[in-house]
Amino acid sequence: MLTLRCPYCGVDADETDLHGEGQAHLKREGPGSSDEDFEDYLFMRENPKGVHFERWRHAYGCGKYFHAARCTSTLQVFGTYSAQTLEPPQDIKDKISGARPGWS
Amino acid sequence: MSEAISALNGKVAAGEVTVREAGLRGMIILRGDLSDKKLRKVCTALTGVKVPEQGQANCDGDKGLCWMSPDELLVLVPYAEATQAVTTIEAALSGTHFLAENVSDARAVIFVEGRFCREVIAKLAPVDLHPDTFQPGDFRRTRLGQVAAAFWMLDEDTFEVICFRSVAAYTFDLLAASAKAGAVGMFPTPE
Repeated sequence: MLTLRCPYCGVDADETDLHGEGQAHLKREGPGSSDEDFEDYLFMRENPKGVHFERWRHAYGCGKYFHAARCTSTLQVFGTYSAQTLEPPQDIKDKISGARPGWS
Repeated sequence: MSEAISALNGKVAAGEVTVREAGLRGMIILRGDLSDKKLRKVCTALTGVKVPEQGQANCDGDKGLCWMSPDELLVLVPYAEATQAVTTIEAALSGTHFLAENVSDARAVIFVEGRFCREVIAKLAPVDLHPDTFQPGDFRRTRLGQVAAAFWMLDEDTFEVICFRSVAAYTFDLLAASAKAGAVGMFPTPE
């Protein structure tokens, strides 16, 4: 069972309190983008074995979206952080580097 | 105006831990900037308690303030005062970005009272309710069984639970069944 700390509530929320919302840090391709870019944005998702960044929603709690960095093979959680960001914060990157040197 | 009746009309399941529907209660959802001085002032004026910190509830009898999310408070007042309270909030916050809505008739309030009330809730919610991590004043929005609910501790022997009115009967039966099944003995219970 996955337990993630909601960065807004500060509580350790059980997986059943949350709703998975897919891959984090997607760049939206809107009107004017090429068909290839739009297809990538809509359908193409990473499916890594290892470090992955995801969006989650604290559905039964505060209702806010947040991001989580975790390992898909060991389920180790490196940390959660605000969704109001374009890339993972440095402290999260440092934690991942500590546990998984050479990750990308 | 028709006579207002709460979801379960004060139903009681008596036992070692008693589950009791609280009857009518005024509940107002207030969304806005919780650091705003005007907002904090009007909330305190209406309820007589301080604006709670993250994950806390400050309650005094029928009145109280609960921290629902970083931009949301639940304002508890006596049922008869709810409409007036919304008007007061709207007057005080006029011109700022906020939303206040009287949700009294959309919710139900249930008390869980008794020696092992902690365990009655702990069996139903994915929350660590150990006395070291959950204390009177702490507030948590989560689920009970299969429905969304929120609860907080008034004192060591009392939980106050809120849920949507449409699932009040389910929540009540769930809590009553959990109470009837007895204590698990996971947590140290007060003498």
